[in-house]
Order: sequence, then C-alpha cells, then structure tokens
Amino acid sequence: MIDSIFRYEFLQNAFASGLIIGVIAPLLGVFIVVRRLSLIADALSHVTLAGIAGSLYLSQSISALGLLNPLYLGITASVTGSLFIERLRRLYKHYEELAIPIIMSAGLGFGAIFISLAEGFSSDLFSYLFGSVSAVSRQDLLIVVIIAVIVVLFLSFFFKELFVLSFDEEYAKASGLPAKWIHLLFMVVTALVIAGSMRIVGILLVSSLITLPVAAAMRISKSFKQAIFFSIIFGELAVIVGLASAFYLDLAPGGTIVVVSIIILLLTILSKKWMKKGVPAQ
Amino acid sequence: MATPLIQLDKISYQYEQTKALTDINLTIEEGDFLAIIGPNGSGKSTLLKIILGLLKPTNGKILLLGKPVDQFKEKEQIGYVSQKSNSFNTGFPATVAEVVRSGLVKKIGLFHRFPKNVQLEVRQALKSVGMEEFAQRNIGELSGGQQQRVFIARALISNPKVLILDEPTVGVDSKNVRSFYLMLSHLNREHKITIVLVTHDVDAVSKSISHVACLNRTIHFHGFKNDMDTMSDEQLEAWYGHAVRKVDHRSEVQV
Repeated sequence: MIDSIFRYEFLQNAFASGLIIGVIAPLLGVFIVVRRLSLIADALSHVTLAGIAGSLYLSQSISALGLLNPLYLGITASVTGSLFIERLRRLYKHYEELAIPIIMSAGLGFGAIFISLAEGFSSDLFSYLFGSVSAVSRQDLLIVVIIAVIVVLFLSFFFKELFVLSFDEEYAKASGLPAKWIHLLFMVVTALVIAGSMRIVGILLVSSLITLPVAAAMRISKSFKQAIFFSIIFGELAVIVGLASAFYLDLAPGGTIVVVSIIILLLTILSKKWMKKGVPAQ
Repeated sequence: MATPLIQLDKISYQYEQTKALTDINLTIEEGDFLAIIGPNGSGKSTLLKIILGLLKPTNGKILLLGKPVDQFKEKEQIGYVSQKSNSFNTGFPATVAEVVRSGLVKKIGLFHRFPKNVQLEVRQALKSVGMEEFAQRNIGELSGGQQQRVFIARALISNPKVLILDEPTVGVDSKNVRSFYLMLSHLNREHKITIVLVTHDVDAVSKSISHVACLNRTIHFHGFKNDMDTMSDEQLEAWYGHAVRKVDHRSEVQV
C-alpha cells in the first residue's frame, strides 16, 4: 500500500485529501452536532449534488466549459443552499426544521433534472455519489487544502464564541456576541466542508463523516476538548482504514469509511456498557 | 449621588397584540438586592430581556450605568443567569471549568485567545459559589442547583457590577434553595455585587433581599422590602389579580 502511494499520483491525491478531510469534517462536526444541526449537513450535501450534476451537464453541452471542475459549481450550490436555509429558518421561526426538507428536496429535484438532461456520465456520477479513490485530481486536492485553511482560520478566530453559541444561545446573545453573523459564517464554512469532503466520501455519505465520529466521541468525552480530540482520531481512523480497504477490495470509499465509522461508534457504545458493568473492555 | 446602575424610564412593551409591560419606572442602585416578583404572565422575564437588550421596548428609555442601552458596550459589567430549564444544552460535552471560562468571551473580545492564567480566574469564580472541587466534572452530571451555581460562576468571572437572574431556582430541589439564596446574599454583601432576580420563591428569598418590585404588567410597588408590609390587602389583590395571603413574620414577606 505504501509503495502504491509513492507510485500513483491518484492515490497520493486521495490519501492526502482524505487525511485532511478526516480532520476538518469531524472538527467542524463537533459544533454541528452539539448545535443539533446534523440534518443540515445532509440537506447541504444534496444541494451540492444539484451543483455537481448541473456542472456535469453544462460541461457536456457547452464545449467551452468542458474542463470545468464540477466542484466549483458544487461549492457554489452548497454555499447558496446554506444561505437559503438560514433565510427559511427565520421565515418559519416556529418550525425551523422545515428548512431542511425544503432545501433537501430542492437539491434533489434540480439534481434529478440535470442528471436526466445529460446522459452518459453515470460512472462520474457514481463516484460523486459514493466517493472514489481514483477520481481525486491534484486540483481537487488543492481545493480541499484551501477549504481546510479556511476552516482552521475560522475556528481559531471564533472558537470561544462558537463554544458559547453552541452551549447556550440565549446567553451568547445576552453577552452581546454578534451571534447572527457568527452563525451565518459557520453555515458557509459548513457548506464548504461538505462540498470539499464529497470527492472522497460521496454526496450521499458526506454527513456521516461529520456526525458519526462525533457521535462516538461524545459517548466517551467529559470535556469539549476531549470531544474534539476523539472526533478527529475517529475521523482519521475511519478515513485511513476506509480508503485502504476501498483500494484493495475495489469498493466505493464512501461505503467503507461509513462502515468503519459505524464499527467505531458501536465499539464506543459497547465499551461504555462494559465499563459500567465493571467488566474490562477487551 | 452615584449614577444608578440601571434606570428604566416609562418602559412599555407590546408583543404583537398583547401589552406585556406598561409604563415601567425602575431605578436600581449599586448594592441593591432586588427581587422582582409577580404572577405568571406578569412580564417579569420580558422586563429582564429588555434590561439585557435582548428585546427593544416599544416605548421608553433604559440607561445602563448612565448610558442608553444601545450605546452600552461593556456587556461584561452585567452578568446574566437565565432560567436553567429552557436555556443550555443538556448532554453537552463540556467540563464545569470550560463552561465557567466561556463567561470571559465578551471581555476578551473577538480574535483573542483565553489568557494563560484563565484557570486561576475559573478557580476563583468557582470558589465564590462553593463549587471549586467540581471544576473537572461534566456539566450534565451535576444537579440543577449545582448547575445554577456554575452558571453564576460563569457570570462572575468577568467581574460584573450587577448579576441578573431569571427564576434561578426553577429545577432546584427545595432543600437547596435556601443555601442558594444565602450564597447570593454573600455575593451581595461581601463581593458588593448588585443583584436583580425574578422569582416565585418570595418566602425563601425574603431574608436576603433589600428591595422588592411587585410587577403585573406595571409596577405596583417598588421599595425597601420592609416597606412592602405597608401594602394593604386590597393593593396586593389589585397587583396580583386574585386574593393573596400576606404573612408577616419578622420581616419575612410571604405572598
């Protein structure tokens, strides 16, 4: 495996992007989960699908756009979706969660139209839906790196504000934090991470890398620091084991990464039960 | 005379169709321990939200430390402890120390990190509410009363002049309510922190407070606690909206 990574550029791209995403998705995921916004990640990934499918269709029908990286329109769609979700959440003040199915079906609806308009990109589409080890280009990797830099900058600037906002929104507002703006930025950064992670894990499974490692970490963490630490460890573990097994077994990495995450989650749940019963965890 | 900490001048507030508050005049001086009491729906929480700048009054003027509320930037001077039941996220993975530390967020300001000696400040804040040994515990593991003490420590860490509490003993078991108020009393007397709280526990709180404001959409009485005894039963009934019992035993007021 190590040999192959040195030999093949596509493997380098996939692993490098995977390792970066394995950090940033669960890192942002901790805030997404504790703020009870997990489903928003799902809605945004479906909006990303519309952007990707639209881009694939455009590059097929307009030859000048033939080389356009679908990620750009995917990112645009995802960020636009995040802004719409916020608008809708304010419009339906008492039914905030309604924004999620609205945006999700809009994303899937547009996606379905673009997919049926264009024909013959089923293999491309498969890799976008479930991730791919071989389809990650140098340009994709570069986009992931840029997104990672944005996430790290955003979190290092707003870490304490995001903590307060996540823990106690009313208190955050009462202490005079610009809660609205921080939240809006948070949504945009979330949209970027979702679009960036999609190449490896796939649109349909992208939210799992954001939520599953965090769900496992929360079972065993007493502090916020620990929750972040374990989320990243579990995220990385899922990506490394998932990508390696996808490569050797010729499977879609989205599937293998999610299955590894689920196994980690089950182990944390069981280990906590064993510890409670006083039986040492094996 | 020193500038009052909080001054409300003819404050009114209207929720869509309903009038929640009418013509509220209230002055809170440094060192006061004021209990705002009143029946359900009397506008107590609305009044606190207006003082905190979370709601904009329909009419009237608010001065915080002598400045109009919209120009008042030193929010860290005003510590706020909300009603536990509808505020924080239970099950949140955070230690008591992490929660208390977050009270410094406004004081430190955007783009700055917590200072190196923050743990010392956390310890001091926890000590003043008698929760020092709980620093590393998960916030969700504590009882309602202990959590409220932690939230007070979170408010105290930025050294506020005034502490505003919205029904702080909701969800606190009755045997701990008394010691909770004794702690507030200690903060008021020893640490010179002005305290404003909204409550139903008139009985439990009465030993600690210096002032009372009786609210039912408008203020029916505001003054020294002992002067409340001069309110006639008719006045009380007019305020509360129904017959109430006033028991006076050694300057304790029970409504």
